[in-house]
Amino acid sequence: MITIHSPADERTVRNLELGQVVHIDGTIITGRDEMHMRALSSKNVPKELNFATLFHCGPIMIRDGKEWKAIAAGPTTSARMDTMEAEMIERFKIRIIIGKGGMSDDVLKAMKDNGCVYLAAIGGAAVSLAECLRCTGIEWEELGMAEAMWKFTAKQFGPLVVAMDAHGNSLYKNVGSKVNRTIKDHS
Amino acid sequence: MISIPESVEDAIVNLLRLANTKLPEDVGWALEAAASWETNEIAYSQLGGIMDNVKKAEFMGRPMCQDTGVPVFYVSGKFDASIEKSIRNGVRRATSEIPLRPNTVHPLTRENPGDNLGDGMPVIHYTPTDDDHTEITVLPKGAGAENMTKLVMLNPADGTAGVKKFIISTVLEAGGRPCPPTVVGVGIGGTSDMCVKMAKEALLRPTDHVNTNDDERKLEEELFTILNASGLGPMGLGGDSTVLRVHIKTAYCHTASLPVAVNLNCWAARRATVRIMKDGTSRYGQW
Ligand code: SF4
Repeated sequence: MITIHSPADERTVRNLELGQVVHIDGTIITGRDEMHMRALSSKNVPKELNFATLFHCGPIMIRDGKEWKAIAAGPTTSARMDTMEAEMIERFKIRIIIGKGGMSDDVLKAMKDNGCVYLAAIGGAAVSLAECLRCTGIEWEELGMAEAMWKFTAKQFGPLVVAMDAHGNSLYKNVGSKVNRTIKDHS
Repeated sequence: MISIPESVEDAIVNLLRLANTKLPEDVGWALEAAASWETNEIAYSQLGGIMDNVKKAEFMGRPMCQDTGVPVFYVSGKFDASIEKSIRNGVRRATSEIPLRPNTVHPLTRENPGDNLGDGMPVIHYTPTDDDHTEITVLPKGAGAENMTKLVMLNPADGTAGVKKFIISTVLEAGGRPCPPTVVGVGIGGTSDMCVKMAKEALLRPTDHVNTNDDERKLEEELFTILNASGLGPMGLGGDSTVLRVHIKTAYCHTASLPVAVNLNCWAARRATVRIMKDGTSRYGQW
């Protein structure tokens, strides 16, 4: 079993291959549509964005005394962030993206150029994934529970499948070419 | 079991808790069945992860997915206009008590009231009947699956082949975004609005529901086979389990029209029903 320590360095992510199953130990931040917009339009951004492991997720959080606790934290559809992610990768050198459904060719290229991988989490496996997270803080709280940037320390967070690697390969593309045959057969 | 009369508002909170924390049994069996025919290793582990999560959610009493969706309600039987207020209050309480993720926002300003309410929310469909009880069903709809909804107004000449083509391309082009294996709700006929409504209502059927119309049943089975042979697989990562079920609902339409709508449900095909009896006691289920 492969465990990646986050923040990860470029060499580690470049060594990952399509279809490998990995778990993450270390820091993870969340970000969805609004967080991306805010990060790209702000002068001052939280330092955790640099070299981050960015999880496309809008968790359900509860207050547990003074601390925040994630009770459900599965991936959200990554394609919604397609138009912003390449710039995020270039600007902040995001090393790992965790989400579901995959991302566009532009993002795949930015991943290759900058050294970043996309890991697919099991969509909807929110309770299992939340169990691997400890909340360490929140930024941009005014964006609301789903859209804020949550900061976590992860322990054996996964399973995650290497679905887009740092060399321009994508499991979604491989699957897509097979799936397209079915679409064509019936058109 | 002794049932103590409870308010509609309380029933709504309990109903949302049941729907979000416990996957209906028939959906669980459909997932097990999918795992039994799955030959792709990654796909098999995705299904295993899903079932693991379902068990944890039920055991811990937590929402199985962080996207608790927007609740769509179906009210039938005997009721009066006050029921809307009770449902709204129930949704507000459930949001903080369960808790549910506050998902509703103004469509343009994106302002979030924090209680899953707002103009037009929650969506409630009413069907009065002569029964002396009230039945309320909730379908929590997550955005991943809901965003893949499509409606097309085909030409009658496109026929069944056109209908098939539209359904196949809609499900497959959605890729991993709606968290496959999905349940596919299809509406065929009616007017445009009714067609989309039927597609969603089809998702209320249990996965072991048998369509009594032979033509529709055959079409459901054929689509099920084609879609699962496509190779899309769980989460779009490849595999043999792309859909858990295809449900078709039809209605008569204008002679110049052929509307078709597809509404998907993710593997977390949540639903629950409460029947509130005349004496105020209630019975919950996921039938
Ligand atoms: S599509 Fe369904 S299972 Fe997937 S994240 Fe949305 S609500 Fe959860």
